Amino acid sequence: MNYIEPHGHMVSRTTDDYERMAIAGCQAICEPAFWAGFDRASADGFYDYFRQITEYEPKRAAKFGIQHYSWLCINPKEAEDLALADDVIALIPQFIDKPGVLGIGEIGLNKNSRNELKIFEQHVQVAQDYDALVLIHTPHLEDKLKGTRLIVEALKNFPKIKPERVIIDHVEEHTIDHVLDHGFWAGITLYPESKCTPNRAIDMLEQRHAEQIWMNSACDWGISDPLAVPKTMQAMRQRGWTTEMIQRVAWDNPRKFMGQCEKFKL
Amino acid sequence: MPDWTPPTQVNLVDLGFMDSRSKLIDLAAFLDRVQRAGQEGDFRVQALKNAIALLSQDQPQRAKDVLLSFSDPSSTPVEKAAMQGAIGAYKK
Repeated sequence: MNYIEPHGHMVSRTTDDYERMAIAGCQAICEPAFWAGFDRASADGFYDYFRQITEYEPKRAAKFGIQHYSWLCINPKEAEDLALADDVIALIPQFIDKPGVLGIGEIGLNKNSRNELKIFEQHVQVAQDYDALVLIHTPHLEDKLKGTRLIVEALKNFPKIKPERVIIDHVEEHTIDHVLDHGFWAGITLYPESKCTPNRAIDMLEQRHAEQIWMNSACDWGISDPLAVPKTMQAMRQRGWTTEMIQRVAWDNPRKFMGQCEKFKL
Repeated sequence: MPDWTPPTQVNLVDLGFMDSRSKLIDLAAFLDRVQRAGQEGDFRVQALKNAIALLSQDQPQRAKDVLLSFSDPSSTPVEKAAMQGAIGAYKK
């Protein structure tokens, strides 16, 4: 069955991973801008990174028949450096009209600091100015609950940002209701250790009837699995899900959300 | 959602018991290991023990409550991020 990987950091993955994902049925990968595992020294590093995800990765994916889309931002881990963040945000207009760029992301919070919040709001303003979709990262582990609440509160200050054009990612059992009940889309990230396992993801999908939810592997340079989505689809089959309902989560939902950007054609 | 089709009923115990049994024994062995090493005073071990107590409740929201027990309950942004990573349990 075909599927969409709506959140994958393919700059960190090998060409073999592209091949394995294609064999598993992946038709499109969407790559949010993220932390490289170390803090970049200047905005020049981001300029090159934005070129990589908007120009080079689409070509690498195309060799395996996979469409590649991207999102732009400076991630919250590097947002404590306000001068750097300002310089990176200033780069976004040069790239936002490129063919595969869907919007602003993955912005959000990491340690829930005032500087992170300030840069988050600057990104949301850019999204509002360009009428762009928004993909939001919620913090890790003990910081997730507080960060999710702060993000939802901050978004209330942007009345032109429609909740149905925002996805708040990395939800877990203690944050998913808060996100969906405010009208946002929710992303479930499937990680071998942190975040969510396939069975927990399926539990949440069943509780919320798969409404406005996508699931992703968020595969990157850390402990992650680029085949987490098709493996969860298999777990759905074992738990009695119909083909149609699996397709809704793995294909229809991400297609519906990202299809709000006219550049997403699938 | 009006067109939600619930999954056909399967035996979830058949599907999940052995995996859960394995994880529970692993957790028990972890607690034994840190105790033998004299490290049970670590706040993360205490957080685990607090979370384990939540498994005995009757309502089917144990996963949510365990996650809440590990979470920072405050609501005000911190002045500055002192680190970039997360530990897994909130240190009071």
